[in-house]
Parts: sequence; structure tokens; C-alpha cells
Amino acid sequence: MIPNVVAITPELVAEHGLKPDEYQRILDLIGREPTLTELGIFSAMWNEHCSYKSSRLHLKTLPTSAPWVIQGPGENAGVIDIGDGMACIFKMESHNHPSFIEPYQGATTGVGGILRDVFTMGARPIAALNALRFGAPEHPKTRRLVAGVVAGIGGYGNSFGVPTVGGQTGFHTRYDGNILVNAMAVGIAKTDEIFYAKATGVGNPIVYLGSKTGRDGIHGASMASAAFDDKSDEKRPTVQVGDPFAEKLLLEACLELMQTGSVIAIQDMGAAGLTCSAVEMGAKGDLGVELHLENVPCREEGMSAYEMMLSESQERMLMVLDPAKEAQAEAIFRKWGLDFAVIGFTTDTLRFVVKHNGEVMADLPIKELGDEAPLYDRPHIAGAFLPNIPAESVTPPMSTADALVRLIGSPDMCSKRWIWEQYDHLILGNTVQKPGGDAAIVRVLDGPKGLAMTCDVTPRYCEADPFEGGKQAVAEAWRNITAVGGLPLAITDNLNFGNPERPDVMGQFVGCIRGIGEACRALSFPVVSGNVSLYNETNGVGILPTPAIGGVGLLDDVSVHATIAFKAAGESVVLVGDTTGHVGQSAWLRDVCGREEGAPPPVDLATEKRNGDFVRGLITSGRVNTVHDLSDGGLAVGLAEMALAGRIGATVAPPTGAPVAHGFWFGEDQARYLLATPSGEAERILAEAKAAGVPAVVIGTTGGDALTLGAETPISLQTLRTAHENWLPDYMAGRAA
Amino acid sequence: MKAAVIVFPGSNREGDVIRALRDAGHAPVKVWHADHELPSGTDLVVLPGGFSYGDYLRCGAIAGRAAIMDAVRAHAGRGGLVLGICNGFQILVESGLLPGILMRNAQLRFVCKMQHLKVERTDTAFTRAYAPGQVIEVAIAHGEGNYEADEETIRRLEGEGRVAFRYCDAEGRVGGDANPNGSTNAIAGIYSERFNVLGMMPHPENLIEDLVGGTDGRGLFESLRAA
Repeated sequence: MIPNVVAITPELVAEHGLKPDEYQRILDLIGREPTLTELGIFSAMWNEHCSYKSSRLHLKTLPTSAPWVIQGPGENAGVIDIGDGMACIFKMESHNHPSFIEPYQGATTGVGGILRDVFTMGARPIAALNALRFGAPEHPKTRRLVAGVVAGIGGYGNSFGVPTVGGQTGFHTRYDGNILVNAMAVGIAKTDEIFYAKATGVGNPIVYLGSKTGRDGIHGASMASAAFDDKSDEKRPTVQVGDPFAEKLLLEACLELMQTGSVIAIQDMGAAGLTCSAVEMGAKGDLGVELHLENVPCREEGMSAYEMMLSESQERMLMVLDPAKEAQAEAIFRKWGLDFAVIGFTTDTLRFVVKHNGEVMADLPIKELGDEAPLYDRPHIAGAFLPNIPAESVTPPMSTADALVRLIGSPDMCSKRWIWEQYDHLILGNTVQKPGGDAAIVRVLDGPKGLAMTCDVTPRYCEADPFEGGKQAVAEAWRNITAVGGLPLAITDNLNFGNPERPDVMGQFVGCIRGIGEACRALSFPVVSGNVSLYNETNGVGILPTPAIGGVGLLDDVSVHATIAFKAAGESVVLVGDTTGHVGQSAWLRDVCGREEGAPPPVDLATEKRNGDFVRGLITSGRVNTVHDLSDGGLAVGLAEMALAGRIGATVAPPTGAPVAHGFWFGEDQARYLLATPSGEAERILAEAKAAGVPAVVIGTTGGDALTLGAETPISLQTLRTAHENWLPDYMAGRAA
Repeated sequence: MKAAVIVFPGSNREGDVIRALRDAGHAPVKVWHADHELPSGTDLVVLPGGFSYGDYLRCGAIAGRAAIMDAVRAHAGRGGLVLGICNGFQILVESGLLPGILMRNAQLRFVCKMQHLKVERTDTAFTRAYAPGQVIEVAIAHGEGNYEADEETIRRLEGEGRVAFRYCDAEGRVGGDANPNGSTNAIAGIYSERFNVLGMMPHPENLIEDLVGGTDGRGLFESLRAA
């Protein structure tokens, strides 16, 4: 067994991911050299992943409150009030580094961790989503990573029994060495039955629940706080292994236990395992904690205190229980075949004391472990200003029809059916809108309410202009929810960036946060939970800035909603919002013209709100049920998606005053929606839009089995469908790219 | 009908099937896998979908040997009705109540999607509410639904009319891409010799209302009401 008292050399400090000045901070704090276990505890608490030392300063600027917010950031997950005594509890979290090293297990444990965050608070998970970014399709690792991550997400969620209802998947060479796996979970609970991490009462038992502790994942959070190099594959042993069966049992046992009223505080053992969970419960309650490690259920013999404190074995929970109900609690866990062990108690000393077979292995001030973590105001510089690219200045290399077929079958915009058919998206019988819509819709219990949910971000916009890109990510999530008829309520953010020690990367981070904050404030869409993943860099190359936004909205009557599919022939197609033909940073400019250039489309938040509120009103009043928000690929791609979903074509032409053809069809101007509705209703809607100051115009009519764009040759739906549906299965089978 | 829905560790569609049973006027109760007796007066036993015991061993292998399964076998032996859906079908073959085995899907991936089925006969307790030859659309969600059995067993199942449902396309055509997992003869569900035990991979319990995908699964639960 590793001895607890060893010479703390500079090498050992560096191996623990601590900088020399951070180690000095430890010495100053405790006034002596730490034991090995203590050094491990500091490394776990003070790494980027757990301490948010580079990001805290900026995260504080985000709006986190609203009348409907019950719990903002800082707990296991965010909580919002959805009425009728019910709350929605949700969060998104990354598992990027482990998923690159070991895609199946990295993804499963990402899903497991986020589900645990949600049910730790007393919620039953009702939906899962994910935002995935992979390297260029032609990169030799990409196919294997896609297959592994998708199988892993499915393998966990399907067995656990939560429907995976939505997400986003993109490809770009900047993710070649650092893929992104962001998993989101959404649960529901009664507002008066929500559980928190704050311990209360002195002398109360601290109980360990769930699976046994092994040597897996030691230093996992530290790995997630470092950049990669060519030897990253050698970090495979630090990746944990997921067991969805154990998690399912843990869910049922925890929810059953919570009903007994015996749980005082609860915290899942996620990153930095036992260390982080125990310290947080004590520190939040202004209490000390004493642990006796010989009582920790272990999978292997001879585990040291150091290993037990840093293990990231999965499917484990820590609780502070009402001592009077200990026996009742234990019986429930035994029934589910899970470990239940009293491993310590709360104290009034404000010390975090770890004993193993009577020997004190660590004795540290509990509040300072979290509160005194390093805080950095890292230097940041703004990137170069990119000029707007007027559509007229670009000569289209191919016809509108050919460009549309290329875009609809491109890696980013092709159908992701190959992915979501591997996820059970129907279990629980409440999936009203399956994957493939603007936002997923899940009924709450037996109704009539429903929740709309989505994950979104446009990394190329964030790279070109972090502030506008941050705004756009929030606005698009808001628009997705609006387009199905939901009232957007709150977001969770998963901020994936490169190395924060580089001023340009830190500049991206700061810019995106500013943009996110501004959009959240303007749209009354606060941040209630989130996660930061930095150091997504390999051999000095960072990822595109990718602040994934997970949004949740409410439908008062889930049966009143909109879908993207055209419903009938002969309906008017209405375009809501201004079309200036903004081609800078558009998918068309990148995938058709081969240029990743220019300023991204600006986001006018007042316009966004005005147009969105107008469209949502039409849906909730039952007047319109065919709506699609416009984003990547612009109007032409939006039309194609509506036609394919409804198996009904359309004939559409630019109205007078429209910009140049490729700007009209493929520009990515924001705050826009497409509606389809009978022509009489369309006329009334146009009049009302005018009165509300919302631009709206009829641009065509549904019908037929082709899409006719202006004077172009009609494109058969079959041609579009083949392009849209075949790329991903062909690629995964090795038949393309 | 009084229905006992068996809950194994790892069952996860018990709530879905309970909702469908209630909706059709049945009275379902949950029964824990470690129990030895079914509630008295049980008419129908339901083995729900899920991943019993994590399905880390052969799917359904451990559940097939759970304490409650002796009572289920006895119930079936008395001619009592048993319905196994998805993992429940896997448990039925592992427990010896139905022949054959569910292998990994031919494409080696989990698949969740809407799927058409042909109702092969409408004179059983499970299908009498359907019309002869009816094509229904329900959900599938499984990684190991590829039904296989030796030639003699397949011949017997076909000869005795014990295939309950077959995978097909919207027009009722069997074969080719309409078979989602490679099952022999596109078999999606089979009956026991006395037609009182039905095992099926698809999920009729998820198709009971228009708001959530459609109502083609209702027929099965309505048939049981008439039984």
C-alpha cells in the first residue's frame, strides 16, 4: 500500500496537476507539508474541472434568477417551477476527455453522471439529450469515435430506461484531437420534495450508497483539466466504467428512500468522488466531516486512503441521514441489492478529517478546500474583427438546387437517424415530439403539460465573433423551443473551450459568456446549471469555442404544439422575420464555396423576442401547427426539412425586394421562422404581423412531390431524401468520405 | 382482467405496460421478482421490457431463473395467460416457456423505431380485436431481437400457426428491409402450443394514444379484455 507520509517533491506536485504557486498556497493554508492523501484531496478540489478557477470570475456575470427559478447553479442540477406543484430539474455536463480516449465507456459514464445529478435532487429522469462534436469525417479516428460514443450513450440510457429524445451532432477538423460529448438530463419532482447537498446537524451519519469503490478513474477530473498530446491514449486506465444496471437500482432505491423522509442531504459521487461529495456536503452546511475509510465498500483489497479518496468509480452516492431512520433506509438498499455503509459523521469542527483504521490520513479545513481554491483572472484578448461579406460579392459555384442537395446531405446537416435510432427515444410513453424536430417534446406524467427541450450552439459563429456567437447559441435554443409552441424558461450551459492559459482562447470564453449573459437577460432565459470544460486542446490546437446551450420550455397543453412537417397540400408558406441574405459564416459559404469567412449573422435580441413571441402565440392559440425555425443552411434547407418530414413538396419564390438568390435561399439571418397554413389564415396572420411590427410574407405554396425554388429545376423529394438520409449510414459503413 | 406485472431488477417498461393495461380497463399490480407466489386470482402475467439484471449475461437468462418464474410456469401450465414483451420475450425463451432464442440484431446495433407488423391470426386471446390480415405500426426498441431456432422448431411454429406477428412494410410485404433485426421468417412474436403464452419483441404498450405515435397497440390490450 502507498504510504501516507512521503516527501512531497516538485515532481509529485506537478503530477497532481498543481502549479508551484498553488502548492505554496496549500503550505500557507495548512502551515505544514501535506500528507499524500491531503495532496490528492487538494489536487481533486483545486483542478479546473472542480474549482472553476479560470472561469468562476466570468460565470458570476451570468443571470441566474427569475420568479420561476427554484435553484440556480451550485447544486447538483438547476430547478425550475413548472406549476401545479411540479418542478423540472436539469443539467448538462461534458465527458469530453474520457470519451476521446475510450469512447464507449467515456460516453456511458457521461450519461450516468448527468442522470445521477438529476435524481440526486429527488427527480425521476424523463428525458436525456446530447450535444456531440467529432473531428473531420476523413480523420482516421472519427468513424470509430462516432460508433463508440453513440453506442455508449445508447447502452447506458436504454438500459437505465430514460428516453434520449434530442441533440445535435457536428463534425469539424478542429475536433480531430478533442471530441465533445455533452450529455443533458431532464427530470421532474414535486416542488416540496427536492433534495439538496447541504448537510445539517452534528453527529448525523454519513452513508455511502451504491456500487463498490475500485481503483478506476483515479485522477479522472485532473485528466479532464489538462491538454492532450500524442500520448493521450495512454490515459485509458483513468477512464471509468459505467454500469447502467447499478444506476437503475440506485435510482429506484434513492427515490424510495427519499419518500421515507430520512434523507437530510445527498450528493452524488461524480468528479473527484468521495472527496468532492463529502467536502461539499460539509462545507455547504458549515459543518465538519469525519470519515472512517475502513467502512467504505471496496471492490479490491488493500486500497489506500489516497486511492479511496480519489477513485471515480461510478454509481455511488453519499447521504447524510436522519439517525432515527437508519435501519429503514438500510432495508431499502438491501432490497435493491446495493451497498449501504455508514462511513462517517458530521462534526462541528469545520475540519475534513479522514481516518483509515484509526490513523489520521488527512485533517484539513473544510471550508477553505473549496473557498480558498485558486481564482484566476486570466489574460484575455479579443480576436480580430471579421468584416461582413456581402452576398453580392460571392459568386455561387453551383446552382441553388445543386447547392441544396449538397447541404442537406452534408455531415452537419444530414439526417442523424443512424444515431438516434440507436437510442430508445420512446420508453416511458411520453415522447410527443421525437428526434428530428426543432425541439423534443415530452409530456409531464399524464399531462396536460409538456416540456420542450433542445441542445444548440453554432461553433463557427462563436469562433468568428464570440460575443455574437454566444448570443446566437442562446437565441437559437430559445427559438427551437418557441418553434414547437413552448415558453422558454431556463438553460443549462456546457462551455467547451481550449486552453484558458492562452489569451486568445480566454478571449473566446469571455466573449461567449458576455454574449450568453446578454441573450439570457433579454430573453428572460436564465442559466440554472452548467459545466465548464477547458483544455480541449491537442498538440497546441484548440477546439472551436463550443458553448452548448441546453434549453427547457413549458407547454401548458402538450397536445397544442407545432411540428416541422408540412401537413397538407395547397397551404401557404409564410416566412417570418427579415431576410437580408447574410452569407458570412454560413453553411453555404463553408460547404458549397469552401470558405469559412466573415462575420456571423448579428443577433438582434429585441427582434428575436418580438418575432418569437408572435409565432408562439399563433401556435398556442391553435392557429398554426406547422412551424420550423431557420438556422444552418437558411431558408432552402428549412423548406427541404419541412417537405421531407411531411412528404409534401412546395413551390416557393423570392418576394419582391429579396436579396440576391444565394443570399435569399442560404443566408443565415436570425430570428426567422417558416410557417405553413391555409391561405385565408395566412392573410390574417400577415395583417396581424404587420400590426405587431413583425416582418412576414407569403413565399409559396405546399404541394407536389418536389421542391421548386424560384426559377430552378424542381428537385424531387426522392433526390433530397436520398442525399439527406444516406450520408451518415454510408459513412459509418465505410462507403463514403 | 387481473394482471400481475413482474418487476425484475432492471425492468424499465413496467410503467408503460401498466398504463396500457389500465387504459384498456385491466387491473394491473406489480409483483417483485423475489416473491414466490402470484396474487390470487391472477388472470394474466406480464413480463415487461427492460434489461433485467443488466442483461450482462445472455438477455433474460438470470430473470428466467428468478424465484417468481416457478409460479409463472405453473400459471402457464394451468392455461393462464402470459405476455412477454421485449426483455419479457427473452425471459420467456430463457425460462423454457417458449422455444428458440433472441440473438443480437443482424446489424449489431440497438434499434429504436416505428415498425409495421402483420397480425398473423386474430383468433387468440391476444389479437381478437384486430382484423384478419391487419398491418399495425408499433415501436421496436431492442439490441437482441433476432429470433432464431432450429429448423424443426421453425417448421413446427409455422405449421401450427404459432407465429403471432411478422415484421413487414406498410403494405404488409414481408422480407428485405422490412425485417429490422434479421429474425428468421421475420418473426416478431410467437405463441406457446396452447396459445396462452405470447412473446413479442415490439412494444404495443407504447402505441396507445394518438398524441404519442398512434393507437395500433391498443388492440392487444383490448383483446385481453374480451378474453
